[in-house]
Amino acid sequence: MAVMFVLLPAALLFAAAAVAVFAWAARSGQFDDLETPAMRILGDDEPKKPSERRMVD
Amino acid sequence: MGHVSSTLAPGCAHCGLPVPLARKAPPGDAAFCCDGCATVHAVLNEHGLTRYYTLAKEAGDGRPAKVTGRSHEELDDAAFTARACAPLPGGLLATDLFLEGVHCAACVWLVEKVPSMVDGAIEVRLDLPRSRARVVWDPARARLSDLAVALDRLGYPVHPYRGGRAAALRERENRELLLKIGVAGAVAGNVMAIAFGLYGGFLHGIEPEYLRLFRFTSLIVALPSVFWCGATFFLGAFRAVRARSLSMDVPIAIGLSAGYAQGAFNTIRSTGEVYFDVVTTLVFLLLVGRYLLKRRQGSAVEAAELLASLSPSSARVIDGDVEREVPLEALVPGMRVAVRTGETFPADGRIVDGRSSVDLALLTGESRPVEVVCGDAVHAGTVNLGGRLEVAVDRTGEDTRVGRLMRLVEDSARRRAPIVQLADRIAGRFVAAVLALAGVTFAIWWHVSTQLAFDHAIALLIVTCPCALGLATPLAISAAIGRAARAGFLIRGADVVETLSQGGRMILDKTGTLTTGELTILRFWGREEVRALVAAAEAHSSHPVARALASPHPPAMGPVEIEETQGGGIVGRVGRHALVAGSPAFFAARFPVWPDEIRDRVTSWSGEGMTPVVAAVDGAVCAVFGLGAPLHGDAREAIASMRKLGYEPSIVSGDHPGAVAAVAHALGVPPDRARGGASPEDKVAAVIEGREYARVVMVGDGVNDAAALAAANVGIAVHGGAEAAFSVADVFVTRPGVARLVELVEGCRHTLRVVKRNLVFSLAYNVIAVGLAMTGLINPLVAAILMPLSSLTVIASSSLARSFAPYRRLPWR
Repeated sequence: MAVMFVLLPAALLFAAAAVAVFAWAARSGQFDDLETPAMRILGDDEPKKPSERRMVD
Repeated sequence: MGHVSSTLAPGCAHCGLPVPLARKAPPGDAAFCCDGCATVHAVLNEHGLTRYYTLAKEAGDGRPAKVTGRSHEELDDAAFTARACAPLPGGLLATDLFLEGVHCAACVWLVEKVPSMVDGAIEVRLDLPRSRARVVWDPARARLSDLAVALDRLGYPVHPYRGGRAAALRERENRELLLKIGVAGAVAGNVMAIAFGLYGGFLHGIEPEYLRLFRFTSLIVALPSVFWCGATFFLGAFRAVRARSLSMDVPIAIGLSAGYAQGAFNTIRSTGEVYFDVVTTLVFLLLVGRYLLKRRQGSAVEAAELLASLSPSSARVIDGDVEREVPLEALVPGMRVAVRTGETFPADGRIVDGRSSVDLALLTGESRPVEVVCGDAVHAGTVNLGGRLEVAVDRTGEDTRVGRLMRLVEDSARRRAPIVQLADRIAGRFVAAVLALAGVTFAIWWHVSTQLAFDHAIALLIVTCPCALGLATPLAISAAIGRAARAGFLIRGADVVETLSQGGRMILDKTGTLTTGELTILRFWGREEVRALVAAAEAHSSHPVARALASPHPPAMGPVEIEETQGGGIVGRVGRHALVAGSPAFFAARFPVWPDEIRDRVTSWSGEGMTPVVAAVDGAVCAVFGLGAPLHGDAREAIASMRKLGYEPSIVSGDHPGAVAAVAHALGVPPDRARGGASPEDKVAAVIEGREYARVVMVGDGVNDAAALAAANVGIAVHGGAEAAFSVADVFVTRPGVARLVELVEGCRHTLRVVKRNLVFSLAYNVIAVGLAMTGLINPLVAAILMPLSSLTVIASSSLARSFAPYRRLPWR
């Protein structure tokens, strides 16, 4: 059970890393607009070039 | 009559709406419903952006495009650059613009394609819910006006984003709160996980070194949650105590600090119980409640700011032979400005060139367009409907009639009595009771043992921590306000929900509120063929009266040749018939002899506030139309339902008394409760008089209603109104129709029932918990399970409530 003395701080380090990532995301405005990015993905999909299309067919 | 062809016209190639007859294109060619759609279609083809149509079809929501053709020179002004633009590395500039008309995924795609159209535009990012585009450009290669013109030509009129600084501040606060929630959540989760170990130890035994490890770890991990994330509660409690009052924050602060301090004391001494899991969970849940509340309030404020951005920001000044755009602030009396069709007058002044008709509805409530000629006065905030006008400016800014009205509005808003909120009233008493009971518990158990006295008093403070009670009202109301926003009601504050559910007097404006804003044929006398002839002829005119007379798909009547004459009429030929149609004044000059049936109807319909139009076929006066704004189809049922919900409806309007009386009669409102010809000051007086007897809810849409909206207990601004009305109203209704008001009141009543249910539940929970704590029956395991359970019950009860049942369509898009 002495492994607890290592595992507990290790688990907390992981938690701290997750909090740090969340802090970056919140501070850089990733959660400001929760709607538009979901629509942006619809537009990103440009039609394929003719050469590529032939290969798929 | 010849053969009748009733083939449905193919839709506009851009938006899919019906195409007016005058714009029909030869088969095979694209036809458009308006110039705006034609321009946008051409721009999209020129830049190879036709993929827009594929995306728009998926969104399934076509709208006619609006292109203003403005040069947007005011955006290149050095003062604007200094105030609103932020420099980026590499010599780039960035600013926020407000775009009208963005509403779907295809709009997002198109707006963000602007860099491919304009050289020097680096990036455009659209925030759809806020209709805000962040643009980045290279000032060495392009001007901001180039980008604005490109966006305008895509059918999204551009406005500078007002209130940008307030929005940025709100955004920063929002991010900060979100970060605190993240930290509080992570801490609560980890402390809870450690607490499971402790509970296991409590049941099965644990070796002392692990007990100490778990407790010390919890102590350290909980530290940031309590004193950084929870700092807002300590500040709130401090402020309340300094103001000699008790707020919800007081017991929260005492509970948090006592719980943490006692836990720290017991950890160091290795005795008693620790409550770190409870304390950190409490911080997390309370912060989530606050965040939800803030977000809801923020969205209402944003909606008001967007509407402020819509008001005109520039004017076209005529300088010799050229027109140039200047910011509104630079306009001074004595200048000559040009105002095109469909534009809002930027200032008060006198017409020096041109003739047109003006829509005064927003300023005076008058539903009929008013004809204006050279020398007539025009006012800022009214809309030019007819043709291009040149206006000599007399008064600008705050000195205009709208400016003076807005001052009246501010005065009224300041007089409004503050409403004490339901939760605050209960909270004050509850907090005092809890503190007293904790004192009693401590005193009683003091005789048994000091340690037990501390344990039980703190257990009581924590278990009764008004978590559920604190969440009961704000969560139910903010969840309801959120659902209301999706259903098309933007509600500004929690107190509005409470007031609206209680009934009282409801004063309704007529024009735009009870009636639709558009003219249509209300009455007709004459042969049906005449009606069809007039419809065919008027389809070729763009005058607002003509648009009311024209039908969208008139039957083919043979070739049409018409001439519009100055002074309100058309003369021409339709097929084999000679046709004249126009106002009675226009007719009196041409046809001295009228049948009595027509003369009588012109007189009586004018008396009812309608606009009469007379028609003559082949030289004989033979038909008369009565034009007016029709009632919303649901108005009568809505007024009846309002009575059932405890409201006494009355009508106060600036429109013609005859028109108001006719509407009151149609709605079943007694004549003594309907008043026409009321000035904005009369409306305020009516509201203040009503407030002596009952709560007054004012419903309106115009600048002339704004002061009354502010003076009422609750002001409701309805769909299609002026920004002045929106900026002072407590509720904006974003969908048309009178039945929306019934939905609003029903939603508020239902919400209040949910609030009461939550309060009853949490009070019952607290009474039981206090009993258990005072008798010393609560151990930490029970407290830890009970406290979040009670909160979860309240959260579920609020989120699952059916008030403001959701609609599929999103509002204001």
